[in-house]
Amino acid sequence: MIFDSADLAAIWLTVKLASVTTVLLLLLGTPLAWWLARTRSTWRGPIGAVVALPLVLPPTVLGFYLLVAMGPNGFIGQLTQALGLGTLPFSFAGLVVGSLLYSMPFVVQPLQNAFAAIGERPLEAAATLRAGPWDSFFHVALPLARPGFVTASILGFAHTVGEFGVVLMIGGNIPEKTRVVSVQIYDHVEAMEYAQAHWLAGGMLLFSFLVLLMLYGSRFRQGWQG
Amino acid sequence: MRRVRRFCTALLLCLPLAATADEVQVAVAANFTAPMQKIAADFARDTGHRAVLAFGATGKFYAQIRNGAPFEVLLAADEQTPARLQEEGLGVPGRRFTYAVGRLALWSPRAGYIDPEGRVLADGDFRHLALANPKTAPYGAAALQALEHLGLRARLQSRFVQGENIAQAHQFVASGNAELGFVALSQVFEQGRVTHGSAWIVPAGQHRPIRQDALLLRRGEHNPAAQALLDYLQGDNARALIRTYGYQVE
Repeated sequence: MIFDSADLAAIWLTVKLASVTTVLLLLLGTPLAWWLARTRSTWRGPIGAVVALPLVLPPTVLGFYLLVAMGPNGFIGQLTQALGLGTLPFSFAGLVVGSLLYSMPFVVQPLQNAFAAIGERPLEAAATLRAGPWDSFFHVALPLARPGFVTASILGFAHTVGEFGVVLMIGGNIPEKTRVVSVQIYDHVEAMEYAQAHWLAGGMLLFSFLVLLMLYGSRFRQGWQG
Repeated sequence: MRRVRRFCTALLLCLPLAATADEVQVAVAANFTAPMQKIAADFARDTGHRAVLAFGATGKFYAQIRNGAPFEVLLAADEQTPARLQEEGLGVPGRRFTYAVGRLALWSPRAGYIDPEGRVLADGDFRHLALANPKTAPYGAAALQALEHLGLRARLQSRFVQGENIAQAHQFVASGNAELGFVALSQVFEQGRVTHGSAWIVPAGQHRPIRQDALLLRRGEHNPAAQALLDYLQGDNARALIRTYGYQVE
């Protein structure tokens, strides 16, 4: 076996984290992207900028603020403690919160672009056929935006798999809870276990390439819709 | 285009100047951060040489040095890593010595939380106990040895949170996310006492001594500033300063 049990636990944890994050981001990101694509509010600029922040912020900034904010004296920590949940750092839930922020632009932006590309006409046509706003959203907008959802899911999942800095700063390296593949690779390298590091790192490289191939391969067939 | 080329040429011409002989690139183990900043300041004042410091985990420095990192001196957190580098021909023979023997402390930023015997480990209702990664950080390994000595390792294992190096373990505790943690005494100790919060200084007999070795690396062999820094570290001024941070000096 090329992967030991700690490696396998890290792989499973990573898949779980990326899946939970992607599903939650699709649920939370869809209304947000819809709003961003269609609103004329003055808040559009500021909110759009906040969504894009994780693209440019170093993970250390995000990780540091999360560690402080989610700690016992931070505002998120105060809230979670008041709800009886304890504090979030060093827990799977904490990693999910971190990943939601970290991967948000990778889900929201493709959705926003897809919604914007639909334009007003199909929705106006639906309205003249007496479709209500919910009806036209689910039966007109969502199907038309399907390529955007595919792109958003793939990018959200892959980007969460590739997360490192934030997890390192708020995770605490706990097996089966917060030790994801990228951290496990880092540990192997630091412990000079280069052979094990190679297997995991090579696996990551292959995975990332295949994901992007899937994305770009389908885009060449369909044209750029993201 | 021409202006760009001229700019690049100018930049290239500056490069050798930036690496003049009275500068030394030093890789410093995270636990030695505070004393080394003071020593570097004194070193500059006394000799005119400038020590450029990088702080981090010893294991990471090892990988970087093996792969050509431009460090000239390594101040490691253990004795194995410098020995290994020397065996691999990356260190200068005869220029390795123990600059400090580290002490481990159980620390909390809360005053009175940790009793002078460290009984809180057995009785406390804390959720998280921070330590440095035992696999890669000597202070983490020492913490495990101490817990084993106390017979508490199995019981507390599920409450461990591991920092990538001792600086991160300290940060987990200082930010309040872990109630207490094993840190390097030097991180919470100045002028002969614990600076704030409460601490139990783990008796030296409960873990293998953390002998921290310095090594002159091949890249620094012909740099007078690197040689001078090693001599300076063995001098009375530096030794006295190192002691005030709770280290033992040989």
